[in-house]
Amino acid sequence: MSPKTLYDKIWDAHVADESADGTCLLYIDRHLVHEVTSPQAFEGLRMSGRSVRAPDKTIAVPDHNVPTTLDRANAETMTEDSRIQVEALDTNAKEFGIHYYPVSDVRQGIVHIVGPEQGWTLPGMTVVCGDSHTATHGAFGALAHGIGTSEVEHVLATQTLIQKKSKNFKVEITGKLNPGVTAKDITMHIIGETGTAGGTGYVIEYCGEAIRDLSMEGRMTVCNMAIEGGARAGLIAPDEKTFAYCKGRPNAPTGAEWDKAQAWWETLFSDGDAHWDLELTIKAEDIAPSVTWGTSPEDVLPITALVPAPESFKGGKVDAAARSIEYMGLTAGQKLTDIEIDTVFIGSCTNGRIEDLRAAAAILKGKKVKDGMRAMVVPGSGLVRAQAEEEGLADIFKDAGFEWRMAGCSMCLAMNPDQLAEGERCASTSNRNFEGRQGYKGRTHLVSPGMAAAAAITGHLTDVRELM
Amino acid sequence: MEKFDKLSGIAAPMPLVNIDTDMIIPKVFLKTIKRSGLGVNLFDEMRFDREGNEIADFVLNKPAYREASVLVAGDNFGCGSSREHAPWAIADFGIRCVISTSFADIFYNNCFKNGILPIILPEDQRDALMKDAEKGANARIEVDLEAQTVTSSDGEVYAFEVDSFKKHCLMNGLDDIGLTMEKAAAIDTFEAQASADRPWV
Ligand code: SF4
Repeated sequence: MSPKTLYDKIWDAHVADESADGTCLLYIDRHLVHEVTSPQAFEGLRMSGRSVRAPDKTIAVPDHNVPTTLDRANAETMTEDSRIQVEALDTNAKEFGIHYYPVSDVRQGIVHIVGPEQGWTLPGMTVVCGDSHTATHGAFGALAHGIGTSEVEHVLATQTLIQKKSKNFKVEITGKLNPGVTAKDITMHIIGETGTAGGTGYVIEYCGEAIRDLSMEGRMTVCNMAIEGGARAGLIAPDEKTFAYCKGRPNAPTGAEWDKAQAWWETLFSDGDAHWDLELTIKAEDIAPSVTWGTSPEDVLPITALVPAPESFKGGKVDAAARSIEYMGLTAGQKLTDIEIDTVFIGSCTNGRIEDLRAAAAILKGKKVKDGMRAMVVPGSGLVRAQAEEEGLADIFKDAGFEWRMAGCSMCLAMNPDQLAEGERCASTSNRNFEGRQGYKGRTHLVSPGMAAAAAITGHLTDVRELM
Repeated sequence: MEKFDKLSGIAAPMPLVNIDTDMIIPKVFLKTIKRSGLGVNLFDEMRFDREGNEIADFVLNKPAYREASVLVAGDNFGCGSSREHAPWAIADFGIRCVISTSFADIFYNNCFKNGILPIILPEDQRDALMKDAEKGANARIEVDLEAQTVTSSDGEVYAFEVDSFKKHCLMNGLDDIGLTMEKAAAIDTFEAQASADRPWV
């Protein structure tokens, strides 16, 4: 047999049909659904009299629109159009008989946190969702990517996706990370190297010692932002840590079925002599705590750097950088650590898991948020929230002056009441710093949870290593 | 879906790189449960000020480009979220073709499901068409999907590549769910075998 990459192996195990021109029907093992990108798909099914082919493999949870305030059971905390979207999901889940975690369920949360937490995401699976950050699930060695609403409808109706194979891109992070450097810094650093289009046409496999050393939470953070690098998906080969995370989850196999599953999962790695279309090697020690200065995730620099001059770029990026710097209200040559912020957001599918909350709490313990600052922690799921309360993390946040919220997407994208006002500047653990992403004319600096906590204490972007 | 074969229209230049889906259709407009009517909100934050007044120097607000049906865009157009609201808004506005050096993967696929042809050209050719588009309304670009060519207003012809299956669906306005359902037997066979091999799925 010819040597294969991990992506090749998962792909080959899921091709249900292949046309002469290489167009395939890829069978989908798990279809995750949220309220924003699905109503039109369910409506399409209704209009054509079609049903959901595999309701047992379809899991829905509302997250984008849902308020994260404690009083959210009160329907009036939602705007009319948000409520209509969430109610549409309630109705569709019921009518089509799919698995559902409504807002009132403690297991509700961000779809990419709930999927793994409930054991829906397992190694070797194909996982799709009408959401670009589906890439997150690649941390399990699952082929996971975002799709559009027409494709959501296609998967609902046929449990397959029309696909052509992508190319293989290996990103190796060798050696060990320095203290204060996290999975978030790895993934931002990679995008800084490749650019936001560098992964277009590829599936990335992340490997190397620094990746192996990450927990499952950290691996999810890395894969989450594969899409920001333009890749169709990010993958990490499953190992003992993956199996340990999955074992005992509500929807993971048990007994003899588990053994059979694990035996197959253990074959899921890239063969030593597999072919790569593209390779990139980064030394872990070269990665610093990172922060974005602009309005594209590729606008990333070590916290010790200065805001760049637009002229230091090439081509169309010169104008884009000038526009970003103006939008962000910065000056070329300014020290990143001199940038004052007024808002801190810890949460999202990038950094809303328990380990992220632990990392932030470790910096905040016994400290106070700077006066006048708005700081909030939004756990990625109701279960993360419960665990953080049990571990005493919630008290650390509250004592420091953070708001302790209910689970949801919250200020990651401001489709719910949590938004930046015009001109406000946020240190955010989310994944996108696009213009207006966190609110009209809001300004976003992407950072790791520890860096967000550090900024909350000092009131400006801060090198977390100084507070460790 | 509306068929696409030939298009002759005004091309609007948008040289900015990395135009993301939040710019194409800001999230406040995603709270709809319909596919239609999003054209008025296309590029909302670039097109209108906070009071809803048009921003005069935004390209699609200029008299020459209000009827544009082609966009010539900077690199990596459509990056960001999977929201199909982006192509819905573009199509609803009346734009049926976007030309760039590269597109984000999900956006690129979404275009074909909505009667929009995204065309990838090398940088120098895209730049030439950008210059052409900058001439204004009397510079019309012609797109021929069958022949896979773009013709600039001064008669320069550029060939482009497109996946044969996607081309077939777009030219005939086909519903690909219907096409896939014709292969139900293959899916049934695969599903039976997969559930024997991987019963935990
Ligand atoms: S947390 Fe942010 S990136 Fe993640 S699914 Fe929600 S909106 Fe998307």
